[in-house]
Amino acid sequence: MNENPVDLLPELCVLAGAVIGLLSGLFLPRARQWVVAVIGAAGLVAGIGAAGVAATRPDTMAFDAFVIDPITHVSRIAVFAATLLILGLAAGAVRAHPRESEFYVLILLAALGTVAFAAAGDLLVLMAAYLLASIPGYALAGFGKDAAGTEAALKYYLMGALLGIVMLSGVTLLYGLGRATSYEMLRDGLSGAPAGAVAVGVVALLAGLAFKAGAVPGHFWVPDVTEGASPVVATFVTTVPKIGAFAALYRIAGVLPRGAVDWPLLIAIVAAATMTLGNLAAFAQDNVRRLLAYSTISQAGYLLVPVAVAGRSDLAQPALLFYVGAYALTNLGSFAVVVAVGRDRLADYAGLARRAPLLALSLVICLLGLVGTPPTAVFAGKLLMFGAAVDGRYTWLAVVAVVNSVASVFYYLRWIVPVFETAPGPHLPEAGELLRGAAMIAVGTAVATLALGIGSGVALAT
Amino acid sequence: MLTLVIFLPLAVALGLLVLPRLRDTAVIWVWIGACVVDLALVVAIWVGYDGGIGYETDVRWIPSVRAGYHVGVDGLSLPLLALTAVLFLACAVFSLRQTRRVRAFAALFLFLQTVCLGLFAALDLLLFFVFFDLSIVGMYFVIAGWGHGDNVRSALKFFLYTFLGSLVLLLGFIGLYLGAEPHTFDMADLTRTPPLNGSPGLAALVLLAVGVGLAIKTPTVPVHTWLPPAHTDAPAAGSAILAGVMLKMGTYGFVRIAMPMLPEPWRRYAWVVIVVGVVSVLYGALVALAQDNLKRLIAYTSVNHMGYIVLAVGAAGLAAGDVDARRLAVTGAVTQMVSHGLITGALFLLCGVLNDRGHSYDMDRYGGLARVAPVFAALTVVGAFASLGLPGLSGFIAEFQIFTGAIGSGTGAAASAAAVAILGILITAALFLRVLHRVLLGGPGELTGGVTDVRGSELAAIAPLLAASLVIGIAPRFLLDVIEPASAAVVSLVAR
Repeated sequence: MNENPVDLLPELCVLAGAVIGLLSGLFLPRARQWVVAVIGAAGLVAGIGAAGVAATRPDTMAFDAFVIDPITHVSRIAVFAATLLILGLAAGAVRAHPRESEFYVLILLAALGTVAFAAAGDLLVLMAAYLLASIPGYALAGFGKDAAGTEAALKYYLMGALLGIVMLSGVTLLYGLGRATSYEMLRDGLSGAPAGAVAVGVVALLAGLAFKAGAVPGHFWVPDVTEGASPVVATFVTTVPKIGAFAALYRIAGVLPRGAVDWPLLIAIVAAATMTLGNLAAFAQDNVRRLLAYSTISQAGYLLVPVAVAGRSDLAQPALLFYVGAYALTNLGSFAVVVAVGRDRLADYAGLARRAPLLALSLVICLLGLVGTPPTAVFAGKLLMFGAAVDGRYTWLAVVAVVNSVASVFYYLRWIVPVFETAPGPHLPEAGELLRGAAMIAVGTAVATLALGIGSGVALAT
Repeated sequence: MLTLVIFLPLAVALGLLVLPRLRDTAVIWVWIGACVVDLALVVAIWVGYDGGIGYETDVRWIPSVRAGYHVGVDGLSLPLLALTAVLFLACAVFSLRQTRRVRAFAALFLFLQTVCLGLFAALDLLLFFVFFDLSIVGMYFVIAGWGHGDNVRSALKFFLYTFLGSLVLLLGFIGLYLGAEPHTFDMADLTRTPPLNGSPGLAALVLLAVGVGLAIKTPTVPVHTWLPPAHTDAPAAGSAILAGVMLKMGTYGFVRIAMPMLPEPWRRYAWVVIVVGVVSVLYGALVALAQDNLKRLIAYTSVNHMGYIVLAVGAAGLAAGDVDARRLAVTGAVTQMVSHGLITGALFLLCGVLNDRGHSYDMDRYGGLARVAPVFAALTVVGAFASLGLPGLSGFIAEFQIFTGAIGSGTGAAASAAAVAILGILITAALFLRVLHRVLLGGPGELTGGVTDVRGSELAAIAPLLAASLVIGIAPRFLLDVIEPASAAVVSLVAR
């Protein structure tokens, strides 16, 4: 058995960042709590570096429960990089807040839980990671201690606790049936078990994963949390946990037994339902955060497509990994614009192009990116996703995804159109009142989505 | 060199956006300069072109799916590259008097120019698709940002409709990719060994996806309904580009992708293509006849003219037909793409002149313009006659070849289809004569008083387009010499 802690070096770096940050936060005066953000960022950068080095080594399994393979490498880098950008967004937004350092530490811990979720090769580790990733999220959602934030936190918590318990019962059932909790052993152990009971266990397990992924039927928390929590927290909960959730889903989809239920078909139906429901609900939104929330639900639907064809197409794994990274980057860019502008109504964005042309252009690139317009990163992801679906004999799912992509243009354009109006809206902040740091992150991510799209060949090769 | 031609406009556009604020006229002169240089480069490429695929560049882009940055020119793409460069230059000159957000307008058109040139030069399906999709985004912003009337709604309809088409096309491309062994997006490889040769059912499905995607862009009946509102509410230069260049992306796709890569299903379903073509010809002409709005009328004649091209490429798929006749049909189709681009571009710019003076396209409110605006009238007459296919102008050369090819292919079906489609020419002639009658002749209408004649910049934009049509009409050899080898190649590829 491999018990080399160095295999977990990226996680240890981030953990060190969180712990040192928490301890230093206790002693730092309020005005200088930003140091904690720097410590956290240093931990993340070290984590990304260590993950990059680890990616060059052969695949392995640490502590019999922590799979280290390309899925983990990509999840690590995507989660840490996204968290780094979110720390940047947070640094401007919670500056000199009484609990500033706690905010950073909670974000780091949630990110750590997400990576563990992605890399877990054992149901018990998966369950622990679920809690580690969720609980900081609940606290973050209610961080502002205002009415909307409290409601968001409560909804998030109730939904997470309910589906977490369902998931735990599923894990228990599968353990009883398969006499093991590790994925590898379950693959064999479940093949002889009663098919009906296995089906119940797997469905219960998938419930918790759907919660983390924001997919139907675990999606109810997404719009409320995105709207109620602070914009930075909204960015985090719609971006980072999804990365871990889809990695975990992909792993589990690979070991599901062929039994009473046609699992790929079930996941395909969930995918179709998720993308359609997210899109339909996004149509009528006037609040940009709710709009983005439903957009993330529809994106979760597209991300489920490669999960549905896992093991049936060579394109499934690159499609999932590339799409998840591209989605995280693009979604983060869109939210960064919201953080920078600080307004929630669609109408408040009227005239943004005139007041802040670069920021408006970034918004357009990110939104068109979410549509899947070339040459942005999500386009390459969608291309692979369509390819995987057709290759995996799920052409109907690709057609559903196409129809949904077209429909989604409608609501993204509802946001783009006012941006180019000549008269600025009455609530649009002056150019000087925009959050500079967030605006820079928005522009940077927009450029990065283009670079990742054009350079997708390089990214896919590694 | 080809890469330079493609990306020079984009580079200038970025320069315009980044560099310190120039005055509006200076911006337009920079824009015109870029177009002139680009046109000169295209001419140099034309002069240096010596058969086969010239000026080829093939760089690995996404090796894991075998997609590359693969561009080159041949007899099909070269005329369209030249058309694109000419038409964009005309639009730049026409926009000399533009005052609304000039910098963004110029940058957007330069971006569109890169997109259009890139599409016609692309020899990789993924690259083709990237440009195909970006053309929609660019044109959306042109219509939504600088259009008039109900432009935001028309732009949205345009975006949704053509975006659906592009994604269906993408599914078709993925089908081609997965059908090829080894999987590839490279057009040259796919043309060399047509994918899905052993599975006719799948090949038919892929052709359906590719065909629907391209048909929406072309557009053909019944998927043409995005076109009239988009054209009517777009700015004049936008309409000229949309009709002159971007519609050709659909028909170009037929000869470049659908025919050579899916020869067997193309031959099998050629009759469907012919029927769609004939219906488009007649329906477009009849609906145009009923219009009072001049711009909408020209938009519908585009449906009619694109119908001839679809008819021709369908007739080229009839394996039983005579080879020479089928070559003639394809040559006619490509010539029609160039000819329609020049003529319709000019007509839409003339519409823009009319709207600039009278702020209306309603033909009933004008009349007797020949007296107050003689040059405008003369240009409109030439444009109208060119569009209805008068000998001596480019439309005649194109349509003559199409009909000769379709009838001469010797199959009864194609001959009768062509005979029916000839009715379209008759209707077009009637409707253009009616336009001349209502707008140019007769007593003055309520808006006639406000109409002044074309200005220097407008004349400099429109006259060369009509002159080019005249040159092609009188001495078409220089164009046909380039197209004919390529159309012969396409016909032999379809016959495999």
